Amino acid sequence: MDDVTPYVVLSGILFTIGCVGVLTRRNAIVVFMSVELMLNASNLALVAFAKQHGNLDGQIAAFFVMVVAAAEVVVGLAIIMTIFRTRRSASVDDASLLKY
Amino acid sequence: MVAFWILAPIMVIAALGILFVRKAVHAALLLAVVMMSLAVLYLALEAPFLFAVQIIVYTGAILMLFLFVLMLVGVDASDSVVETIRGQRAFAIAGGVGLGVLLVTGLGQITLGTAVGLDDANAPGNIQALANILFSRYVFAFETTSALLITAAVGAMVLAHRERLTPKAGQPERAAQRMQDYAEKGAHLGPLPPPGVYARHNAVDTPALLPDGTAAESSVSRVLAARGTVRSAPALADDIEEIEHQIGWAPHAGRDAAPPASTTEEAPATGGEH
Amino acid sequence: MYAFHEGGGIPVVDPSSADGVFSLLWLVVALPLAGAAILLIGGKYTDRWGHLLGAALPIGSFALSLAMFVSLLGREEDDRQVVQELYTWFQTGHLDVGMDLLYDPLSALFLLLITGVGSLIHVYSIGYMAHDPRRRRFFGYLNLFVAAMLMLVLSENYLGLFLGWEGVGLASYLLIGFWQHKPSAAAAAKKAFVINRVGDMGMSLAIMLFFITFGSTSFAVISAGAGEASQTTMTILGLLLLLGACGKSAQFPLQAWLLDAMEGPTPVSALIHAATMVTAGVYLVVRSNFVFELAPDAQTVVVIVAVISLLWGAWIGCAKDDIKKALAGSTMSQIGYMMLGAGLGVAGYAFAIFHLLTHGFFKANMFLGAGSVMHGMNDDVDMRHYGAVRKAMPVTYLTFAMGYLAIIGFPGFSGFWSKDKIIETALADNWIVGLCALLGAGITGFYMTRLMLMTFFGEKRWERDVHPHESPSVMTIPLIVLAALSVLGGVMLAGDWIVDFLSPVTGVAPHEDPPLPAIAVTVIAVCVVAIGVALAWFLVGKREVPRVAPQEVSFVTRAGREEVYGNVINDTLVVNPGRHLTSALLTTDKYVVDGVLTGGPVTIGVAAQVGRRVQNGFVRSYALSILGGALLVALALLAVNAV
Repeated sequence: MDDVTPYVVLSGILFTIGCVGVLTRRNAIVVFMSVELMLNASNLALVAFAKQHGNLDGQIAAFFVMVVAAAEVVVGLAIIMTIFRTRRSASVDDASLLKY
Repeated sequence: MVAFWILAPIMVIAALGILFVRKAVHAALLLAVVMMSLAVLYLALEAPFLFAVQIIVYTGAILMLFLFVLMLVGVDASDSVVETIRGQRAFAIAGGVGLGVLLVTGLGQITLGTAVGLDDANAPGNIQALANILFSRYVFAFETTSALLITAAVGAMVLAHRERLTPKAGQPERAAQRMQDYAEKGAHLGPLPPPGVYARHNAVDTPALLPDGTAAESSVSRVLAARGTVRSAPALADDIEEIEHQIGWAPHAGRDAAPPASTTEEAPATGGEH
Repeated sequence: MYAFHEGGGIPVVDPSSADGVFSLLWLVVALPLAGAAILLIGGKYTDRWGHLLGAALPIGSFALSLAMFVSLLGREEDDRQVVQELYTWFQTGHLDVGMDLLYDPLSALFLLLITGVGSLIHVYSIGYMAHDPRRRRFFGYLNLFVAAMLMLVLSENYLGLFLGWEGVGLASYLLIGFWQHKPSAAAAAKKAFVINRVGDMGMSLAIMLFFITFGSTSFAVISAGAGEASQTTMTILGLLLLLGACGKSAQFPLQAWLLDAMEGPTPVSALIHAATMVTAGVYLVVRSNFVFELAPDAQTVVVIVAVISLLWGAWIGCAKDDIKKALAGSTMSQIGYMMLGAGLGVAGYAFAIFHLLTHGFFKANMFLGAGSVMHGMNDDVDMRHYGAVRKAMPVTYLTFAMGYLAIIGFPGFSGFWSKDKIIETALADNWIVGLCALLGAGITGFYMTRLMLMTFFGEKRWERDVHPHESPSVMTIPLIVLAALSVLGGVMLAGDWIVDFLSPVTGVAPHEDPPLPAIAVTVIAVCVVAIGVALAWFLVGKREVPRVAPQEVSFVTRAGREEVYGNVINDTLVVNPGRHLTSALLTTDKYVVDGVLTGGPVTIGVAAQVGRRVQNGFVRSYALSILGGALLVALALLAVNAV
């Protein structure tokens, strides 16, 4: 119970899965969820390292990440809603006008 | 560690599920699984405050927001499995595998050693200890966060706000419109008839019957009509005979041959009996 | 007032300031220059009287020249150098060039020749160009030429000389190509201009070297300091000046332009390409005697060039059927004689100038006569279409005959005295050179007799519709005057007058006993000429002249018709390599230089066309590249840490 390495490795795996999710899914909301998964993975690492080092800074950092994530989700989902409202689509590939 | 070894596979499987399920709602639910498990892991990592915050803020607020938006966008919207960008999936998987291998090997190479543990840090209680740090060392960051949250809230409002393109129609305008519709198209002036009021059933899916016995189409919701779940009033009349038989009253012999119209004519009477 | 270098015997240019009639020196140049300006700027408004003005102004110059000449004769022999300082032309650094005019015996004789013969040719041109719609422009160019030529011979420094030098080059170009609608004339003008550039390059290099060596381009300064410069410098200077002289005077190896230059109107050929401009090279050598006297090697080269040109031109003159080209070959040959004289040093300078003057008379006379014949033969220049013209054009015939007798050196005529003196001096200097000069005299007798016989004697071989008639008097009077001068030009040698007259410029030759007595040389020369004349009589006069040039001829004739392959040599050595070089450079420019310049943008453009496809608008692609970048950074970090 004194080694946090498995937590950190789990964090890495979850982060990777979230990363692949961002890259492969097309539904903007699912992409967003994958981003949240990545954020959570990093939170896990922060908390694990907090325990490793025996201070609470990691937990504070995770806390801030959560707060920022909350703000981000609010704005991000509002953007998705706005796009959906105008384009009738939540696919990230459909918003591809800004190109060559 | 037991909790970890139980939860870790669940979390990984759930996370992989997010990758593979086609419906966004399922993905959201799987994310909820991951987040809940994560909360438990926080508890195991001696972070009870984050445990609570994870459940309340993440699972409770953020995830619900996701679901809420999913409802707005369309629950049924599911991704096509066909990848449209050439090479995207292959490269994404390659990149993901590369990242995973890099992270795992990188982390495997370092030896963390025995964890210090948070017993000392959590001595006054985890929440008090966190509060001590938060309102001393991180107070500026905390205050900045409040500004961030306000900005985000305002931003979301601005984004979600829709400009009114036409002046809002008040009661006089609506009344005038109705009169005009009546004058030009002969539209019904009064309120729509409520469903099933004069029929045997007064459920919303049962149309009302007009005095001539025909069903009033406008008495049921158009949504229901489109779904084809509206029940016709005459079809409800097939148990009349049985009931009459039970009560030993047979006013008409040729009841079966009677046209549906006659049945509907009697409907008010039967309705009245109920 | 003139001094000599110790031992060298070379006079120093040390003029006194101009006063009296000499203060009008500038007017000699200014008159024709004004004429050119009026005629060329005035345009068609001067069409009606332009030719009269154009003819009057050189006559005015002639009158001034004559007055000054008389005045000069009135002066003491050692006070015959006059300089008129007009203004400072330009002043830059140490180079201070004044627009100064030098009037000395040499300039005086040239002034008389240029303005005198020039005036006669102007008068002649009134008749010759009567039917040309651009006559006024022609006179403008002629006046420009006269002004530039006068500037050339009057300037007190090499830079002013160069100004005139280029001016006559320009006028020559304009006048050769006067009938610019003929492609051959345009090409000939261009050829003359380009070949002259080669010579001019020598001139300009010489001027720069003068400035470097002496810090000045003034004759006075250079002649005073010539003794201090090293002999190598002087030799280089001499060779550079010779290069310039060769270009202007159509001497080997820059002779090729002169025959083509006959495309110009005949008065132009007479004035520029016979009497005056082409002799500028001789003037340059004689004027630069203080250089050549100190550079014996350069003098030797002058003699070699002169002998080659003398024989080369004579060879051409024998074979050409075009009357003007035959005369042009003769001109080249005669200038060879002058150059020979000039190359022989102090002993020859005066005779070179003497021959230059007599040649100016009789060659102008013959060119104008040829023009008169052409005028009567509908501008046909082929002598094979002439014959028996003497009856139709008696004045032309007689005047031409005077020129003929002068050029072959018939005893008593002007050419006899001048050529004989050069041959005599050449024999005294080097017997090989002398024999070559004698041979040239014989060939001169041959080709001039051939020309004479084919044109004026024998049977009529005229084209149909050709009715030769005597030219108007405005053309014949100059012919008569020139004929008279051709006959009497030898007077100048009476009592060695010209030698003494020129001695302030050329110096005095130490008296030496010639290896052969003068009278013997004269007799031999006359005999050689007689042999040439007789040969012509037997080969041309006794036979039927075919109307079409026979093709089955000896190599000698063929080479002569081809101008002794001068053009072929030029083409092979210069033109074709130049052409190949140019096309190679063009190819290089097109594909290498332009390739580099345009290739860069094209490459960037293509890369951008390909590269912009990366910006496909799909946010997931961008995310993928972010992941790739992050992976690279992480790997780099690992690699750095691992090391």
